[in-house]
Amino acid sequence: MKITHHWLEEFTPGAGSAAELAAQLTVAGLEVEALEPAAPPFTGVVVGEVLACARHPNAERLSVCEVTSDGTDRLQIVCGAPNVRAGLKVAVAKVGARLPGEVAIKRAKLRGIESQGMLCSARELGLGSEHDGILELPPELEIGRDFRAALDLDDTVIEVNATPNRGDCMSVFGIARDHAATRRRRLHYAAKPVEPVHSDETPVELAAPEACPVFVGRLIRDLRVGARTPLWLRERLRRVGINPISPVVDVTNYVMIESGQPMHAYDAARVTAPITVRFASAGEPLELLNEATLSLTDDCLVIADANGPVGLAGIMGGRRSAIAEGTVDVFLEAAHFTPASIAGRARRLGLLTDAAQRFERGVDPELPRRAIERATGLLLEICGGRPGPLTEARSPAFGGARPRVRLRRRRLERLLGTAVPDAEVHELLGAIGDRVEEHGEGWELGVPSHRFDLAIEADLVEEVARLRGFDRIPEHPAVAPQVAGQASEQRITAERALGVLIERGYHEAITYSFVDPTLQRALFPAQAALALANPISAELAEMRVSLWPGLLHAGRENTRRQQSRIRLVETGRKFLLEGGELREVEALAGLASGTRWPEQWGTGREAIDFYDVKADLDAVLSLTGDAGSMRYEPAELACLHPGRTARLWRGERPIGWLGELHPRLAKALGWASAPWLFEIETELGLSSNISKYKSISVYPRLRRDLAVVVDDAVSVAQLRDTVTASASGRLVDFVVFDVYRGPGIDSGRKSVALGLILQDSSRTLTDVDADAVVTAVVARLRDVFSATIRDQ
Amino acid sequence: MVDTESLAALVARALADVAASTDLAALEEVRVHLLGKKGQLTERLKSLGALPASERPVAGQRINEAKGEIVAALEQRRAALEAAALDAALAAGRIDVSLPGRGQAPGTMHPVTRTRLRIERIFAQAGFEVASGPEVEDDFHNFEALNIPRNHPARAMHDTFYFPDGRLLRTHTSPVQIRALSVRPPPLAIIAPGRVYRNDSDMTHTPMFHQVEGLVVGEHVSFANLKAMLHSFVERLFERPLGMRLRPSYFPFTEPSAEVDIECVFCRGGGCRVCKQTGWLEILGCGMVHPNVLGAVGIDAERWQGYAFGMGIERLAMLRYGVDDLRLFFENDLQFLKQFP
Repeated sequence: MKITHHWLEEFTPGAGSAAELAAQLTVAGLEVEALEPAAPPFTGVVVGEVLACARHPNAERLSVCEVTSDGTDRLQIVCGAPNVRAGLKVAVAKVGARLPGEVAIKRAKLRGIESQGMLCSARELGLGSEHDGILELPPELEIGRDFRAALDLDDTVIEVNATPNRGDCMSVFGIARDHAATRRRRLHYAAKPVEPVHSDETPVELAAPEACPVFVGRLIRDLRVGARTPLWLRERLRRVGINPISPVVDVTNYVMIESGQPMHAYDAARVTAPITVRFASAGEPLELLNEATLSLTDDCLVIADANGPVGLAGIMGGRRSAIAEGTVDVFLEAAHFTPASIAGRARRLGLLTDAAQRFERGVDPELPRRAIERATGLLLEICGGRPGPLTEARSPAFGGARPRVRLRRRRLERLLGTAVPDAEVHELLGAIGDRVEEHGEGWELGVPSHRFDLAIEADLVEEVARLRGFDRIPEHPAVAPQVAGQASEQRITAERALGVLIERGYHEAITYSFVDPTLQRALFPAQAALALANPISAELAEMRVSLWPGLLHAGRENTRRQQSRIRLVETGRKFLLEGGELREVEALAGLASGTRWPEQWGTGREAIDFYDVKADLDAVLSLTGDAGSMRYEPAELACLHPGRTARLWRGERPIGWLGELHPRLAKALGWASAPWLFEIETELGLSSNISKYKSISVYPRLRRDLAVVVDDAVSVAQLRDTVTASASGRLVDFVVFDVYRGPGIDSGRKSVALGLILQDSSRTLTDVDADAVVTAVVARLRDVFSATIRDQ
Repeated sequence: MVDTESLAALVARALADVAASTDLAALEEVRVHLLGKKGQLTERLKSLGALPASERPVAGQRINEAKGEIVAALEQRRAALEAAALDAALAAGRIDVSLPGRGQAPGTMHPVTRTRLRIERIFAQAGFEVASGPEVEDDFHNFEALNIPRNHPARAMHDTFYFPDGRLLRTHTSPVQIRALSVRPPPLAIIAPGRVYRNDSDMTHTPMFHQVEGLVVGEHVSFANLKAMLHSFVERLFERPLGMRLRPSYFPFTEPSAEVDIECVFCRGGGCRVCKQTGWLEILGCGMVHPNVLGAVGIDAERWQGYAFGMGIERLAMLRYGVDDLRLFFENDLQFLKQFP
């Protein structure tokens, strides 16, 4: 909320400069978000008076005025404002004045008539947006006085961010009170009771005393509701961000900002006694001041008269009883609504008014009387009128003994980690509490009626620390029991897996966990997804079932930025709905598109293919030490190219997918060439086997190469399994060094060039041994795959 | 003496031929011509047999001296020519060392991940373990158990994403406090990094961001311990001495609560645009665990006490790397990502 420096100083004179005050409030827990001057800088503007005013001979809308700016001079000033008239006190910018927006006032001729200055509107002086005419200053202002001084414009607006527990600081007075407590300063507050001049009262019935235990009202007769709110009051409202409306509304707003007590004013003629404060019955209608009509629920507290609700208690008044032009008698309300009776309703109804925000945080129940007196005093000054006596309805069950809270000396020291001298604790508690009593273990404090945040011992610990200053708590490193930390080797950290891909050229992306449902459905038509009830946008409306939608979006955005070679990797959760149950699964996923190599000299410009990405993925999977259990099997997934997709298995468990985006989707999503995608579930896919050492053979290796011609359908995995099985345990490595289709090979067949690395653990292999292995392998390949051996 | 004279002439001519050889092949030709099987000097040696025995030793010595002279000249010339040839080869073999290296260029780790890992490492060294919890949470863990009942004004600070069944996306990592305390008895020290979500999007808010939660519970874990831990943390994170201050604040799940400011890392406290001329940067919230939170998980708040803190990783990454727009973290623009090698 906004307050002003000078307004605050009315309660704590000499509180210091605005900057000092801001620093003090901030360290006491009332964070100052901004300090702004009440008016932009300008000079040379004084209070003047229009002595005479005549029509400009050459311009219909201009007036030629005779103005005095010091009581003796006579300035001729041309003015275009419709409200300029003789006798008016005005803000005169004299020749030489500098106004906001780099405006310099000079002697000028307007349509042939000389003008020796300017009469200013509020907007021209940076005092708001009003530009209907020039400022009409109060007649009592002294002619010749500097305008800034006359309107107290060298004030500072202080924007304070009061935390939700500090309802007591939602007012100028409340902030002054807390500041006085933290600085141990004196607080001034005087609200003079008004003497009633008639005895009419409006009876009030508290039908829901647990929700509204205190209701104070006053009937003021014969108000001039059409009077003008004085400039000083409008100025203060403007500074704290409230638009002036009419004297009655302005005064209730003013009192709310000043004291923290929200108020309401009714047109007494439109309220039929008695007034009842009760909960609404379900479905009861109420037309509000903002012209919205609500159908109330039975947890809404209302102010009602004999004809039904006239206001939503503590949130907004009703239209039926609103002050209007013809209003003569006004009924003022200042009540206490408990936080529990207001909290949540305003937000639910979209009516988070200044009043509601205060009541749901807690308004001092002892405040209504003072607020009514203050408002009455101001209204009488502005609008005249005849005040009646105070009507106070008060629940007999309410306002007995204030709660008392204990603070134990040992607890204070143990929580803060430092001892605070007894006398200091006593003084600090005394600064906020009603009555501090010492007892054996510590202290007991009466909680003042405005503090809704003091209920338990920890609250008092915070008060002592806060009032004393958090900076006075020392820094003591804790001594913790020493226990060995974790260093799991089985869990491959996402960091390490990411590291492998990063080394191989991938850039880590972080995409939103919610994605575009349209895109997700196009990719995973069969997978149910968790939809948000209140998404931030239609494009971010559903929890991802895969990391691919996000990566595809990010990748595509990069192609739009002229990136042609893209490698992205992401780790994070996907949200799978399986049989109505949600499972959050950690995944590692990647997208690769563009050329195999970054553009450079000495390498080709080939596009990346399946085997490049497979190598990337294998590099990650090799971290498990379990590469032998990993299998890529041809499979189909709706969003991938049916002939270029592999499902990845680890033993009998599926752990992920690798494939090319389906060309139909690639085209629909605007990809010039389809990107490659992979995803593995990290918990299954990336748990590691602890390495087990095998003894190293000291005997030499032999190599035999074979070119095997087989049907296209025979996979290299099948060849490897067969070769391994028939190599009598001597195969230590298996290399595929060429795959050839074309002239010399029958169509439908391929030649696969294999390198078999042989070694025995107990003796040196001879050529005869090696040849025997090859013979056995070849025979087996012939039997199983009808393989032929191509001449070397 | 004709022989002697002609030997001298032969040597003179041979030396001249050696000197005249401009490459190794020509030199070899000279060598063969003189010392080969049928070379001139070889022939001379062969002809020694025809001399009377008394003359042979002298003549033989002369020829051998001549041969020695020629061999030395040949060797010297060969060495010179080889050195010249190597120089020429080296000159020809010169490469452009400024030409770029070849192969795959490494990628980059996201600055948020980098920052998260550094935070994890710093706290791990202080004995904290990493804990985690679900991102799709329920009202109890995200709010109720954290002392934020329904209708509490603090809920207004959390623009929550809901699912139709009442579950929600966690608005902070604090529910991990509840989950950790429910499964393991104190004492404990954990941090819980992760994604959090708020229904808010503008210049300074993204609907998803990352937090790290910290929680320490023991019998004597105090506010003074919290201050010491956080101060050493920020100094390790920014790798320099930094002023720190705690301001009283409010979180329903801690009491006392504080916001932590550090001396502005850009102007070193002098006042600049980033710190709005205050010299301070707000970086995290913290406090002593509220007794109601301990009570919600059945821990005796008379015996156990502790502190908790929560920080936004993006905020710290922005300060660390000078990133001035939060949204950049989630646009995944390669031009951005590549700046964090």
